[in-house]
Amino acid sequence: MRRLAGEAVAGALMTLPAGIAYLLLLLLPTLATVLLAFTDYELGATALGWIGLDNFREMLADRGFGVSVRNTLVYVGLVTPISILGGLGLALLVEAGAKGRAFFRAVFFLPVVSLTVAMAAAWQYLLHPTIGPVNAALRAMGLGTPFWLSSSDTVLLSLAAIGVWESIGFNMVLFMAGLTAIPRELYAAAEVDGARGGFDRFRLVTWPLLGPTTLFVLTISMIRSLRVFDTVAVLTQGGPNKASEVLLFTMYQQGFTYLRLGYSAAITLVFLAVVLALMWVQTQVLDKRVHYA
Amino acid sequence: MRARIAVLALLGVLVLMPYLWMVAASVKPVSEIFRASLSIWPEQFAAAENYGKVLARVPVLHYLWNGVVVCGGILLFQLLFAVPAGYALAKLRFPGRGIAFGAVMLGLLVPPHVPALPLYVAASGMGLLDSYTALIAPFTISAFAIFLFRQFFSALPDDLLHAARLDGMGEWSIVWRVVLPNAWPAATAFAIFSVVSHWNDLFWPLIVVQGHEHATPALGVLYFRSEEAGDDFGAMMAAAVLMTLPLVLAFLLAQRRFVEGIATTGLKG
Repeated sequence: MRRLAGEAVAGALMTLPAGIAYLLLLLLPTLATVLLAFTDYELGATALGWIGLDNFREMLADRGFGVSVRNTLVYVGLVTPISILGGLGLALLVEAGAKGRAFFRAVFFLPVVSLTVAMAAAWQYLLHPTIGPVNAALRAMGLGTPFWLSSSDTVLLSLAAIGVWESIGFNMVLFMAGLTAIPRELYAAAEVDGARGGFDRFRLVTWPLLGPTTLFVLTISMIRSLRVFDTVAVLTQGGPNKASEVLLFTMYQQGFTYLRLGYSAAITLVFLAVVLALMWVQTQVLDKRVHYA
Repeated sequence: MRARIAVLALLGVLVLMPYLWMVAASVKPVSEIFRASLSIWPEQFAAAENYGKVLARVPVLHYLWNGVVVCGGILLFQLLFAVPAGYALAKLRFPGRGIAFGAVMLGLLVPPHVPALPLYVAASGMGLLDSYTALIAPFTISAFAIFLFRQFFSALPDDLLHAARLDGMGEWSIVWRVVLPNAWPAATAFAIFSVVSHWNDLFWPLIVVQGHEHATPALGVLYFRSEEAGDDFGAMMAAAVLMTLPLVLAFLLAQRRFVEGIATTGLKG
């Protein structure tokens, strides 16, 4: 009995510091964001008014916000499939043999640990319209030289390419973890059943057993690319002409440049809703479809 | 299997291209960069000029030091909060445990951008903007860390804890002297995940920092670009190399740990 009471006290005391920090730094600020979204609060204002759904109405009417949502969807729609298929392809290729495995894994993973802002600066040089090596190469081949980051036609494409470059190694590592979990005997069994070529093995064993990993990588990739901010803030500031305005950058500008905290909070809630919806879909599919255990 | 290596090498060179050109440009004189020649090897070396300019104009070492202080501070508090809480949630029965675990699961769903606005208002109200406290405090509580340690501690054998209790150890000394030494795999994995994400973070430092004094490496690159570099791509690339180097070196020295750390935390987060 004394032990149980002691255990209860120790347990409560051990969760207390984390509990207080959680309350002050996570729960209350998050709830405050939810409340702010229904007010017209501006930084420095002495009073704030409850304006109900007006912020959300403004969002729907605001063409800039519509462009921002569209750009974010295009970005996620480009980066997610390419970095997942690319990551899977790299994982299969690297794991296919012992030679050079550690070396190439390190090479493809390097962008994950590189300072994003610094690498964005490197990409800016690489993609520079006149002095950049990419256009120098295109010129040498007699091809056109686009204005990559400074033309509204190519800016999202360029940012997406940088996004793929950044996340392909991350996805590769996740797929590698999934691949090593597949029992070797299954490949032998598939061979006995007549699966001869590499493609048969992939179709019959690898792909179905990677189901849970793939679903997981899909969700995490979508959420990660939904968060795109650094490259936009460093390279384009949402321009030219809002062509690379994305959700978190709009939220940042409204909140911290124009100091419209209420409106910015409303945008944050939209962002949160999308993230939560993606996670919800993942658990739904996970429960129904890709469960093997 | 020759084809495998050939394809991997080709893709590898493609991925490394930004690094190769970044380093090349950082040792080329401006005139050569502006000729836009396709030769990656410099005709003339201007490394001393470019790197010298960066080191003379901005406090590079100070930015790196700020990065170390901020990442170290965040990690220290994350572990201080999460290790005991993770242990309690895994191994102790106490009232409110169910609610506490529910709170952790809820916390996992919230991206760090969501509480940012009120935290900014609070920091500004308390006069804490542009300080280490403002950079560190919001990230000291990590629901993910608590979750990770709880999962890891659940797998520890109860016999180990019973033996320690029979020896007369209290729960707190069990945490630091029995549980933590057994938690190194989870702790290193989490440490790598935490340092990589906060070293690279731009969003929050951009919001709370105003000058060079508390600028992190990411902000340092940004400041140098807007204040000093202009069209001087050689110096700009030199700054980028200097700021990227520390974490990349750490990665090259402990590759396996980095990859495993990111894979385990990635798959659970």
